[in-house]
Amino acid sequence: MTETPTRGPLAGRGGEGSPLVDVHAHFLHARCGRRDWEAPNRARFRAGDRIGVIVHIASILGTWGHTSPTYFPSPRDVSLGNDEMLALQAREPARVRSYVTVNPNDTTHALDEIARCAERGAVGIKLAASRRADSPLLDPIAAAAERHHFPVLHHIWQHRTRDWPGQDISDGVDLGRLARRHPRVSFILAHIGGGGDYRHTFAAVEDIDNVYLDLSGSGVDRGMLDDALAAVGTHRLVWGSDITMETGLAKLRALDVIDPGADAIADIRWRTAARIFPAGALPNVPTAGVPADTGTAVGTP
Amino acid sequence: MTTDANTFIGGYPFRHVPHPDPEALVHVLDREEIHRAWVGHLPSAFYRDPGEGNAVLFASLAPWRDRLFAVPSVRPDWPRWEHTLRSVVGRGAVAIRAYPAQWGLAPNHAALAELANACGEAGLPLVLTTRFEDTRQRHWMDGAADLSGATVRALVRAGTRARLVVTAAGRALIEEVHWGLTPEERARVWWDISWLWGPPEDDFAHLLRTIGARHFVYGSGWPLRLAQTPRANLELLPDELRSTPIGDVSSLAGGDVART
Repeated sequence: MTETPTRGPLAGRGGEGSPLVDVHAHFLHARCGRRDWEAPNRARFRAGDRIGVIVHIASILGTWGHTSPTYFPSPRDVSLGNDEMLALQAREPARVRSYVTVNPNDTTHALDEIARCAERGAVGIKLAASRRADSPLLDPIAAAAERHHFPVLHHIWQHRTRDWPGQDISDGVDLGRLARRHPRVSFILAHIGGGGDYRHTFAAVEDIDNVYLDLSGSGVDRGMLDDALAAVGTHRLVWGSDITMETGLAKLRALDVIDPGADAIADIRWRTAARIFPAGALPNVPTAGVPADTGTAVGTP
Repeated sequence: MTTDANTFIGGYPFRHVPHPDPEALVHVLDREEIHRAWVGHLPSAFYRDPGEGNAVLFASLAPWRDRLFAVPSVRPDWPRWEHTLRSVVGRGAVAIRAYPAQWGLAPNHAALAELANACGEAGLPLVLTTRFEDTRQRHWMDGAADLSGATVRALVRAGTRARLVVTAAGRALIEEVHWGLTPEERARVWWDISWLWGPPEDDFAHLLRTIGARHFVYGSGWPLRLAQTPRANLELLPDELRSTPIGDVSSLAGGDVART
């Protein structure tokens, strides 16, 4: 058991003294085509420290479009992104954990990548928008997640009513079908604030117990948090920031106003994450999940 | 003294909005330690004739004259709009709202320019809304596009007294407009911070460094958006910018934006 950290100065009052886990973070690297790639990484740590984030669970989607599309990364770029993510975890072992990103269209590579990155300390799987969530191609990925006791963070469009360029988008109904086929895998439905009709999402997954909702996304609609709480309860909500950390902080403060109680807020801040990630996977967080099926202790990448 | 430049009362046609009434707004201002708010009437953006909405707005805000300041709507392609403008000025409007996208007015529509100039002559800024919701979540009947940079530029260029407050804009629109205007023109445009992205991309910090803090004012987008967001954005600025004062929209009607 690791000691419980103190929270940062800006995080919501309701979580007094409890950890804050960001289940949906991203980082950049030198080969993603941006000369300023280090600045957003520094900014994430700066803002995370001010908010009180104690662990950033993050992914890198290949080269973020530089040498293959963000949502359809090539195998080479998938591996490069994962290597960069794991290298960052190795440099920041006290506050960074990695998802292994895969493109399920390349099944063999995806499964090999999950095994390879699990060995190096990854703690979950990131699926973006390379294939619709209910595709049979995702079944072996979900089976691998179950073997490793990894949760799957899946990029979701809140109610897809048409196709959008550059993505094979999925919504809550699509992810729900996958989750029902793999009831022992925890699926994190990404960014309810990430655009679209979140009320459609709530209706789609409210009765699917292995689907968890992450609060991240730029959307800060009033009523969204209340509706999410009503749909799935605090034990299936997890906090995240994605690429707008100010909206993440605003949501923590809005939760204080809603005031579901200190226990409920602790669930959202860290306790549910501790439950669905492998035991010992998160630094400074007393996890209670099943130990990861890896050859390496995840706390010492 | 901080003023929220971007609030409304009234419902929204495409989704339920919790208690969008002035009593709730005053409670939120107290909670967020915001002193005053400029308030529009949300349904008026979707009315063919916003006149009835203005009447509701003034009546609803009357009990809170020292906290809530009416920003009525004037539709410049409507007959006798000049009369409407004089009327709402007489009733104490601090600014005027217009919704070109919702009313189907193209960027160079002559009536828009006339409204901007008339507001300038009356000493009132014109408030424009870039968007009410993210494009990804809009109702199929909500066909209005985001406010265009061409519209903002055209209105600033319409006359030397026209002053604009643009709400809910992102970095791309702000930069497109700001660097597409002369220094004199830029000085007559202010942007609320309700839809600017903070870290890790730090769009807000970038704009403070490049465009300058005086062009930005506090705004939330309440009741559509969480009132906590703009303060969170200010608090997450890099250390060297966190104490940089942004403008206060409340002094716009009297001249330059004051430093908070």
